[in-house]
Amino acid sequence: MARRIMEGSRAVAEAVALCQPQVVAAYPITPQTHIVHELAQMVADGQVKMEFVNVESEHSAASVVLGASATGVRVFTSSSSQGLILMSEVLFNIAGMRLPVVLACVNRALSAPLNIWTDHQDSMAVRDAGILQFYSENAQEAADLTFLAYRVAEDHRVLLPAMVCLDGYVISHAWEVVDIPEAEQVDSYLPPFQPRYRLDPAHPLSMGMYAEPDKYIEARYMMQQAMERSVGIIQEAAHDFERAFGRPGPGLMEEYRTEDAETVLVAMGSIASTAKMVVDQRREAGERVGLLKLVAYRPFPGELLYQALKPARRVVVLDKAVSLGAQGPLGTELRALFLGRPRPPRISTFIVGLGGRDVTEAVINDALKKAGRGRHQGEFLDLRPDLELEGV
Amino acid sequence: MRITTGCVAQPGTSQNYHTGSWRTGLKPRFLHVRCTACDLCPLACPDGCIYGNGRNTYYADLNYCKGCGICATVCPVDDIEMVPEEAPLLAATEEK
Repeated sequence: MARRIMEGSRAVAEAVALCQPQVVAAYPITPQTHIVHELAQMVADGQVKMEFVNVESEHSAASVVLGASATGVRVFTSSSSQGLILMSEVLFNIAGMRLPVVLACVNRALSAPLNIWTDHQDSMAVRDAGILQFYSENAQEAADLTFLAYRVAEDHRVLLPAMVCLDGYVISHAWEVVDIPEAEQVDSYLPPFQPRYRLDPAHPLSMGMYAEPDKYIEARYMMQQAMERSVGIIQEAAHDFERAFGRPGPGLMEEYRTEDAETVLVAMGSIASTAKMVVDQRREAGERVGLLKLVAYRPFPGELLYQALKPARRVVVLDKAVSLGAQGPLGTELRALFLGRPRPPRISTFIVGLGGRDVTEAVINDALKKAGRGRHQGEFLDLRPDLELEGV
Repeated sequence: MRITTGCVAQPGTSQNYHTGSWRTGLKPRFLHVRCTACDLCPLACPDGCIYGNGRNTYYADLNYCKGCGICATVCPVDDIEMVPEEAPLLAATEEK
């Protein structure tokens, strides 16, 4: 166990190297590039044994790891924003073929307008692909979730790809103290990948077969069942994490000072850290405020979320994405949890921090203030009053 | 029937699926009169279901033929004609 100061991207790269994937393929895109840069350097320096495949696009990167995973080896790729969207055609196939590919998504806004800073719109755009999605709060969690992602994805009760999301720059380019475990600890936590089926010229088979209307819906039902089972597998993996690494690791969600909270903030990713500061300040002022940080967005642990939020009087959701024409994806799904349930809390949902706009204490305090009165559904916060918006 | 994780199946199973049932009305009749064994019809067939026997005769595997008529169009000596589904075929070689 070694606590060292390192960049978030380096922490993810070291975690990936410890998981010993045999094939890595990726294409550079800001702000994801540092992860694969570090991995390529490790390969070039002979520190790790893996095949690093240079490709001509993200579509090819995803295709390479699809093929490699189908041969039964552990693989890794990563991307951001437009790169992830270019991968998306392949990502749906990876999921449908039930290949436990692990990818890091360094979250970045989508074009247009061109913007390289962080929000969650890229990973949200592929949320329905059948990929497990985990959102990390800091570099440590991004590294820890990498171990957990492989473990859960490769479990034969799941067999789905997994995406570790980390906010661009705020996590990927920030230097933090990170505890990188020893190789033996990782080996005790993560067993070697045992594929259920693998491509082998000596025993040919076809994967992801054609399914007409008489079979397709059953294949999707099987994926849905695997997603639902994965809730328990993630809990199992989170439980075993502490035994393997000697410290608690991430799970489905984290509750921060929610015991007797009247108002609970709900957020994902790095803004949870800022929200914790706000919670502390509010608590000092005598207000019963807490935070629920959601880590696993897919599977969506609906029943557990419902139980956790049920006692609150007010729930305030901060979405770093927007489903244009509807509301924030997290806010919409959380609100749906309480439909038809007795005495639901008042749920206010806000869109914040798109394109890297800082979600400051002031913004979160504004959300809390607004949530105390009126109806707020997918309301944009922190819009600049000094800008003239044509047509608005 | 069993659906496996990731819809994995034995290879070559698409051959068991007789897409010739999609054919709509016409099928090729190989006349075997002027054929020069130029090999254009099997090359042009989008389904790859035209076979030759090496002696100036070709036949279409009607289990897969869609009746598109491209073979009849490309034939340089007009030795293939499209005929109604119920019309008899001429040579025994066309029965696969």
